[in-house]
Amino acid sequence: MSDKILVIGEVREGELRNVSFEAIAGAQKISSDAEIVGVIVGDGALDGLAKEMIAYGANRVTTVSHSDLKTYTSEGYGQAILAVVNDESPTGIVMGHTSIGKDLTPKLASKLQAGLISDAVEIESDGDQPVFIRPIYSGKAFEKKIITSGITLVTIRPNNIPVLAKDESRTGEVQIKDVDVADIRTIIKEVIQKASKGVDLSEANVIVAGGRGVKSADGFKPLYELAEVLGGAVGASRGACDAEYCDYALQIGQTGKVVTPDLYIAVGISGAIQHLAGMSNSKVIVAINKDAESNIFNVADYGIVGDLFEVIPLLIEEIKQLKVNV
Amino acid sequence: MNIYVLLKKTFDTEEKISVSGGQIEDDGAEFIINPYDEYAVEEAIVQRDAHGGEVTVVTVGDEDSEKQLRTALAMGADKAVLINIEEDLEEGDQYTTAKILEAYFEDKKADLILAGNVAIDEASGQVGPRLAELLGFPYVTTITSLKVDGDKVSIEKDVEGDVETIETTLPLLVTCQQGLNEPRYPSLPGIMKAKKKPLDELELDDLDLDEEDVEAKTKTIDIYLPPEKEAGRVLEGEITDQVRELVSLLNNEKKVI
Repeated sequence: MSDKILVIGEVREGELRNVSFEAIAGAQKISSDAEIVGVIVGDGALDGLAKEMIAYGANRVTTVSHSDLKTYTSEGYGQAILAVVNDESPTGIVMGHTSIGKDLTPKLASKLQAGLISDAVEIESDGDQPVFIRPIYSGKAFEKKIITSGITLVTIRPNNIPVLAKDESRTGEVQIKDVDVADIRTIIKEVIQKASKGVDLSEANVIVAGGRGVKSADGFKPLYELAEVLGGAVGASRGACDAEYCDYALQIGQTGKVVTPDLYIAVGISGAIQHLAGMSNSKVIVAINKDAESNIFNVADYGIVGDLFEVIPLLIEEIKQLKVNV
Repeated sequence: MNIYVLLKKTFDTEEKISVSGGQIEDDGAEFIINPYDEYAVEEAIVQRDAHGGEVTVVTVGDEDSEKQLRTALAMGADKAVLINIEEDLEEGDQYTTAKILEAYFEDKKADLILAGNVAIDEASGQVGPRLAELLGFPYVTTITSLKVDGDKVSIEKDVEGDVETIETTLPLLVTCQQGLNEPRYPSLPGIMKAKKKPLDELELDDLDLDEEDVEAKTKTIDIYLPPEKEAGRVLEGEITDQVRELVSLLNNEKKVI
């Protein structure tokens, strides 16, 4: 029997998140000849998004639209996706290891009496058994895991598995599935937008992170400016969060977020082991710190010893120049 | 209110990790209560003090887990339960742990179960929601505020930096996020009292479970350390030249900007 893998597309502000396309690539890594079925849950017309999943490699897509699915709840989305799972009997399910992915997939796993491999950063397929690589101890170590029985349920970490080439000419069936969503016991009253608009920390290709050396909430302003010039996001060390320079939502480290951007610029961060756990697997690390003895320089590819309030504005100017010249 | 906390021990965050023979070396390592579970213990105590009732901390672990349970008792929890699987199980996964806890909770009339949103070692964040599903409880993960009024519950949940306000009802399972509270340190009288508080030890047999009932669905086949990151280059010269060189390196050599 050939494999059939559901990929759950995640919609934010009307668009599919990039990790949903990465999940399609992940599904293909699990089984190269699997039929990949996208699933999109929401409220309103989802046809356009479905076509996008097909362009990124899904063979076909099922959409579930219902007024109670406008905002994510584990119960609403759970009912919708389990209804599709019932129809399709897939051999695997893949989605992003995002806030929704983390909340929803344990419910699916429990309902399906299945194992769940969370937060995979790479999928190897040796022979017929896919092997999942995931960080443990916040990236201080890695483990290789396999599914030993039942359906293959996986969440993948954003920014690690490259998407397949987009092909607008690909075609596939888009099916609409009606689901009676009922009995939602957790009612969302309001969503208060606190996170800065734009790039999400866990999906950012570039992160500019500040530590105690930034000295104040005001001191973060140049960091935001630098992040904007680079199309990235701002993060922080625990020290900066504890000192109330910024919200805990920005914290990177063993408690807080674990990130793996292409470029991580650590500004005024000393480099405690707990912080390094959250960022040391970034592809390129730049450290800017007054103290030449700071531990952060031990993991940085490039370091500048200097006053961040002098260096950052120069850096912003230099990058602006570069962008003008290309 | 009948309040339960799911707790596990983890390596102290200061610990370096070493691996031998595809396994984490834990000889001589310092263990702590998983930091996110500490928020759960604190919140349970706060809720009990406000609404009355009892806080029971539960762990699925080994003999050494007693230390972290005693710490939770010293913080102010009333009772502790150690489900010791050391002898019974070679290996387990989140499915295993959730099934064991389901059996434990079968005859407990829990109103509120609190857990950490993730453990900083395995970092799967599965056990809480899995258990809620098995018990038929609603659940809310990564909460930063919890207000209980009768059986009505108002919650604030962190969603990648945004805040959702949620209304739901007891019985309920929540997982705790940083920002929920400031966990207290055990006081000296607390530590003295903790020694006399009840700590029950159970094994699979006591829960009418066999090894096959809780057999893992996943298996770890190897553990390894990431390649050691080599210290890079500290740039030299005038700051303006350093900045120029940095941008050039990031652009031309590393191609990340």
